[in-house]
Amino acid sequence: MTKPVILDCRNVWKLYGAQADTFLNTNPDPSSADLEAANLIGAVRAVNLQIRKGEIFVIMGLSGSGKSTIVRCLSRLVDSTAGEIRFEGKDLLSASEEELIQIRRKKMGMVFQQFALLPHLTVLENAAFPLEIQGVDKKTREARAHEVVELVGLKGRESYFPRELSGGQQQRVGIARSLAAEPEIWFLDEPFSALDPLIRREMQDEFLRLQNILHKTIVFITHDFDEAIRLADRIAVMKDGIIEQVATPEDLVLQPATEYVAEFTRHVSRAKVIRAASVMEPVNGDSFAGEVAHDAVIEVIADPVEASDLPHKVMEGDRQVGQISRKAVIDVLVGRR
Amino acid sequence: MIPRALKSDALFWGVLFTSTWLLSTYSFQLYKALDARWIVRFPKSWQLPLENHISEFLDWLVGSAGFYFFSFRDLTRAISAMIEAPYQVLRNLLVEGFTSGVGETAVQVAPALSWIAVIVTIMAVGHYARDWFLSVLVGVCFLYLAVFGQWESAMITLASVLISVPIGVVGGLLLGILAYRVGWFERILRPILDLMQTVPVFAYLVPILILFGFGPVAALVATVIYAMPPMVRITIVALNSVPKEVIEAGRMAGCRNRQMMWKVLVPSAIPTLMVGVNQVIMLTLNMVIIASMIGAGGLGFDVLSSLRRLDIGGGIEAGLGIVAMAIALDRASQAFAKRSMRHPLEGNILQRHPWTGTVFLVIASTLILGQFVPAVQTYPDALTLTTGPFWSNAMEWINVNFFDTFEAIKTVILQWLLIPVKKFFTGIPWAWGIIATALIAWRVGGWKIGLLAGFLMMFIAASGLWSKAMVTIYLCGVSVLIATIIGIPLGIWAAESPRAGRVILGLMDTLQTLPSFVYLIPVVMLFRVGDFSAMIAVILYALAPAVRYAAHGLKEVPPALIEAGLMSGCTRRQLLWRIKLPLATPHLFLGLNQTIMLALSMLVITALVGTRDLGQEVYIALTKANAGQGIVAGLSVAFIAIITDRVINALASGRRERLGI
Repeated sequence: MTKPVILDCRNVWKLYGAQADTFLNTNPDPSSADLEAANLIGAVRAVNLQIRKGEIFVIMGLSGSGKSTIVRCLSRLVDSTAGEIRFEGKDLLSASEEELIQIRRKKMGMVFQQFALLPHLTVLENAAFPLEIQGVDKKTREARAHEVVELVGLKGRESYFPRELSGGQQQRVGIARSLAAEPEIWFLDEPFSALDPLIRREMQDEFLRLQNILHKTIVFITHDFDEAIRLADRIAVMKDGIIEQVATPEDLVLQPATEYVAEFTRHVSRAKVIRAASVMEPVNGDSFAGEVAHDAVIEVIADPVEASDLPHKVMEGDRQVGQISRKAVIDVLVGRR
Repeated sequence: MIPRALKSDALFWGVLFTSTWLLSTYSFQLYKALDARWIVRFPKSWQLPLENHISEFLDWLVGSAGFYFFSFRDLTRAISAMIEAPYQVLRNLLVEGFTSGVGETAVQVAPALSWIAVIVTIMAVGHYARDWFLSVLVGVCFLYLAVFGQWESAMITLASVLISVPIGVVGGLLLGILAYRVGWFERILRPILDLMQTVPVFAYLVPILILFGFGPVAALVATVIYAMPPMVRITIVALNSVPKEVIEAGRMAGCRNRQMMWKVLVPSAIPTLMVGVNQVIMLTLNMVIIASMIGAGGLGFDVLSSLRRLDIGGGIEAGLGIVAMAIALDRASQAFAKRSMRHPLEGNILQRHPWTGTVFLVIASTLILGQFVPAVQTYPDALTLTTGPFWSNAMEWINVNFFDTFEAIKTVILQWLLIPVKKFFTGIPWAWGIIATALIAWRVGGWKIGLLAGFLMMFIAASGLWSKAMVTIYLCGVSVLIATIIGIPLGIWAAESPRAGRVILGLMDTLQTLPSFVYLIPVVMLFRVGDFSAMIAVILYALAPAVRYAAHGLKEVPPALIEAGLMSGCTRRQLLWRIKLPLATPHLFLGLNQTIMLALSMLVITALVGTRDLGQEVYIALTKANAGQGIVAGLSVAFIAIITDRVINALASGRRERLGI
């Protein structure tokens, strides 16, 4: 059962340069050489993405790959040069300024790399800012702001100013602000890239905790492949404005579509992405040491499976779909598959 | 490759200088030999009748110009009324007290704020802006004004500042916002702002004098026009430097345009905007002092009239009053610029606003007490100290004992520096002057700047102001040379030794807050009028940027490069000459540029001490209320400033490119 598509983006282009607006009319599908000859920069090229309700969709790419531009096209902070973007079935690109303001107020939230907090407002006022803009009365918006500030774990610091907080705390405020208006789609543009590695990990855990409560539809941008596989339901790998591959972390590692993706996945610890169902064998026999979930990654189930001589049952719900033995786990751990 | 380029460089400058020198020295003989008077003098028949046109245009504007329903005169009257009313209220509040009725029958309704109330208010502002130290500092500055009998003049000046600053800040902010939002408006505004910053202040006193008549309103209008451009600029810069992500955050929150401006952009830009407010305040004070010439009154008028009476003591006293006021206003407004948002206080209304409460209490109690004890209302005359005689005596003593020394210094510098340089510049035939300037500008900055320089110089020649412009260039050149020779070593010293740096840079900061007028006082006292006095005043005024930029440039050298130098075994001396100074050259050029700009603006004011340059021309225009003459001469000064600015900026950016910074 697949979930409904919330954000559907087809053949989206974003070109920068002198004739960026008219170029695609004469040449709807230019190659890299065509663009270079016309002195244009193809920040986003022929991108197709379908983002489904409730999933964490990560767009991964190195700097200059166009990942920040695509997320800005999706939120229409940047107007794309060509293509079609449908949000909840409605054409986003033809939305009027007024419609856009309403969509952003009610349905979209965004978190920024450099936090983008307003320096003259306190934590509480920052969190309440989107509601203030909508004209929500002070009492209601402060009550809601208290909720989100508590949700991100900043209770007690409501009256602090951003400059009095650490980077991680500032980004918590950024997250609180983006959640204040209860958006349906949540854009996070490299939210943890400006943080120290230890804080980054802590914030990733925090993010997963929040998503377990909130079940938002998420578009998450990152340049960190480890972060991507840790958080993502699906990953889109971008390079030079083109999507190289869209897949689950596991598929990306097991079946890289291009040389570029393979280069990325080569050094990823497989135990972190490969799930039990991918390495299980058909059931033969009837004595088992225990049960594991079919979608558990090997890293999590490695210890018990490897410790027992008998295989474990692989369960999908109440149904056994296969078995997994010590050898399969060790194969994954030492990189034989 | 490089040696050849160097050689051609040396060749170019050598030939240019030699030919200019030859033409300058023998121009008179050349004119006699060829019997061509046009060589030394721009032909009268070629002059543009620009002066007359401008004057006629202004006459027409004042006399008969009209829009649909009202004449231009009505417009200026309306502006006058709009400025006059709040100004009068402030004057009543600070100086005269409120009265009802007219003339003989006038009855005082309420007195002006007592001196105690004003001092407590300003101390409250100081404490609110930063701390007790600042509070005491501004309090002492204002107490000085009361104790030394400057109170009334100072309050008139303060009233002018308090009226002009809000108009300048709000006007500048709105223009800046408009320029930020509307692209074409900014493109129109930018050259106007450039020009406004280089046209000498006297030049626009003249048309304003004609439009608004002699009096405080004309002075206030001139002040606002003078002080607003930096606010416009800073607003544009401040809004443009709001991080892109903050704007995006505003858009994602669903801001409309107006919400974006007033809830996101302007509040985020406040720290930078406050720097602009500080500048507006300081420029306003500077201009309010100068505008005493067209009727502003206050401390500036005291200085001016003492200068005219050659009343040494009075001049210095009023000058020090200006200094005290400048320091107080500058430190307080700077503290505001650096002040960050604070947490509101808890408690009842008095506990939450301790200062507002105190100030109201003091105002109320002095108001009542003042009715019975006059000393509370007005600082008692019996207790004022006057330092006038002291300063007069001191000056006399200096003049008696050091007259010969000063005279010797003056003569030597005149003989060996000022007069030869003056001869060189004034001797250059105008035609060659235009060509040489264009050549220099072309060589340094390319053909566009060369063409611009040629055209602007041609304008100066065609206005019949060539010889006066040359005097301006010579005085400015000599002063800048000396200011640089003194300033750069001071800057190096300030950068190399932190302790000396604090003293030197602090001193420079204070020097820069002083209104330009103040510099004239001691100089005239010691050296009387003439080119030499003008030069000293200009050097003092223009020294600060040379020092600051040198110090800043040296401090900006990347530490890694200094470490690399140290590890290669550089001595301190080698480190300075081989690494720090070469890398600091772009900053040194910028400092030079600023020095020249300040020198030009000061030079115009030194017309008061009797120079015979463009400044004098503007000053004469002011006394004769000849708008055309004033504007043309003012534009000539502006054009000299623009040419040097473009050329030196080209030098600096060329240098930066070569260093790869």
